[in-house]
Amino acid sequence: MCGIAGLFSKSLEVSDGLGGHLGEMLLQLSDRGPDSAGVAFYRDPAPAGSSKLSLFGPPGCAWDALAREVGAGEPELRGSHAVLVVDMQAEAAEAWVRERHPELRVMSAGQAIEIYKEAGPPREFVERFGLRELQGSHALGHTRMATESRVTTEHSHPFSTGLDLCLVHNGSLSNHNRLRRRLRREGIEFQTDNDSEVAAGYLTWRMREGASLERALEGCLEDLDGFYTFAVGTAEGFAVLRDPIACKPAVMAETDDWVAMASEYRAIAVLPGAEEATVWEPEPGRVYSWERARVA
Amino acid sequence: MTEVDLAVTSLRDLNAALHGPDPAPRWRVANPRGAHALAAGIDAPVEVEVDGHVGYYCAGMNKQATVRVHGNAGTGVAENMMSGTVVVEGNASQSAGATAHGGLLVIHGDASARCGISMKGADIVVHGSVGHMSAFMAQKGRLVVCGDAGDALGDSIYEARLYVRGEAAGLGADCVEKEMRDEHRDELRELLERAGVEGAEPSQFRRYGSARRLYNFHVDHAGEY
Repeated sequence: MCGIAGLFSKSLEVSDGLGGHLGEMLLQLSDRGPDSAGVAFYRDPAPAGSSKLSLFGPPGCAWDALAREVGAGEPELRGSHAVLVVDMQAEAAEAWVRERHPELRVMSAGQAIEIYKEAGPPREFVERFGLRELQGSHALGHTRMATESRVTTEHSHPFSTGLDLCLVHNGSLSNHNRLRRRLRREGIEFQTDNDSEVAAGYLTWRMREGASLERALEGCLEDLDGFYTFAVGTAEGFAVLRDPIACKPAVMAETDDWVAMASEYRAIAVLPGAEEATVWEPEPGRVYSWERARVA
Repeated sequence: MTEVDLAVTSLRDLNAALHGPDPAPRWRVANPRGAHALAAGIDAPVEVEVDGHVGYYCAGMNKQATVRVHGNAGTGVAENMMSGTVVVEGNASQSAGATAHGGLLVIHGDASARCGISMKGADIVVHGSVGHMSAFMAQKGRLVVCGDAGDALGDSIYEARLYVRGEAAGLGADCVEKEMRDEHRDELRELLERAGVEGAEPSQFRRYGSARRLYNFHVDHAGEY
């Protein structure tokens, strides 16, 4: 099963309450994914020349010492994760952590993205990570019912798909082992044996080769064997794609204040003004995307 | 009129009341907010009006009741309906009327993929269009589409009859266009009337059904369907 949710704010009120709204959406999707939960928030962009890392560390991790070591400001702690803003480019910062601190996992890197995820019921996740305090321009979320691989924090969604990019997935892929081998030969790194991480790696590879997000997603229709509804977050917005057979559900809705997507309407019903929203089911095999510049 | 607000009353309490030995004849339900299995499993000649969007399997297994949704319906509305009438005033998601044995399902908007999948005798009338693989393995009953049909219409169809006014993007395995005879125009006229479709004439529709080449069909048994 799994549940996915995306919320894109078009008003200050919704941006201020983004974490609360997404948290409510995740709670509605708990039945679809009781094993783990995760979110990607786009908020407080790091200044030019700096970048932002979301890190997952073992209990008792010395985040302050790490921040001093890398010359970052005070780390923002949230559950088992910490967000650091560092004075270097995102790729360099990510490489530095991987080399110097192999005990840490880089969950995301970029200017605006923050990823938080953890094994356990969505309700606990929402509380432990203080989701309701978070503001931002847009966010994606996921509740997982594991099928293809183990239940751990690393196997939870969202998966980072490159700088400021992430993916959440409802479905399962059949050709992920072969595709992972092919992508590894192209230099794409994987941290788990999860099928959705392969979809994320595939998008990273296609965009590294010059494809736009839309083109990369269209490539999924050819190269991924399986069923899926994907939501992909970017610095400017998010995109949605369903497999051509449409095995997995998706519903979208829009008001003057927000655009939302979710596995089920009940996750949209909790948003302000949902009764008056335009609601539709995205067509299979078609890429839908929203970007800040386009709706402004 | 028995009024139930699902912001106050639990869905389980509502369904239990509808399943009771002598349910009230008329119901109005507020704040469905996408709840699943709303008004499912009714077996009584009651009328239920739902104000808002419903989730999965609304009015599933319906017997005798009339359920009207003033909004959209999620996956599997009226699935396995036995009798009665279900009306969706908005759009319906996938698998509307799946495996339904009897009764009438009317969708005022569009229905997405697999509308009428494996239908077994129900009548389904969609004022708008239906998605791909509609009437997949449909065994019996009538599916009327006033708009267009998606790809692979009627794939592996048995003896259901399909009427489409617009374009079918493609026909599934063993599904073929068939001649519209007077008996078909008559039953179509009656279905359009019962479903409140205005401005559509039976002459605008094409009929599709089974070529009877795929499944183990013996023409001696045709009268049994």
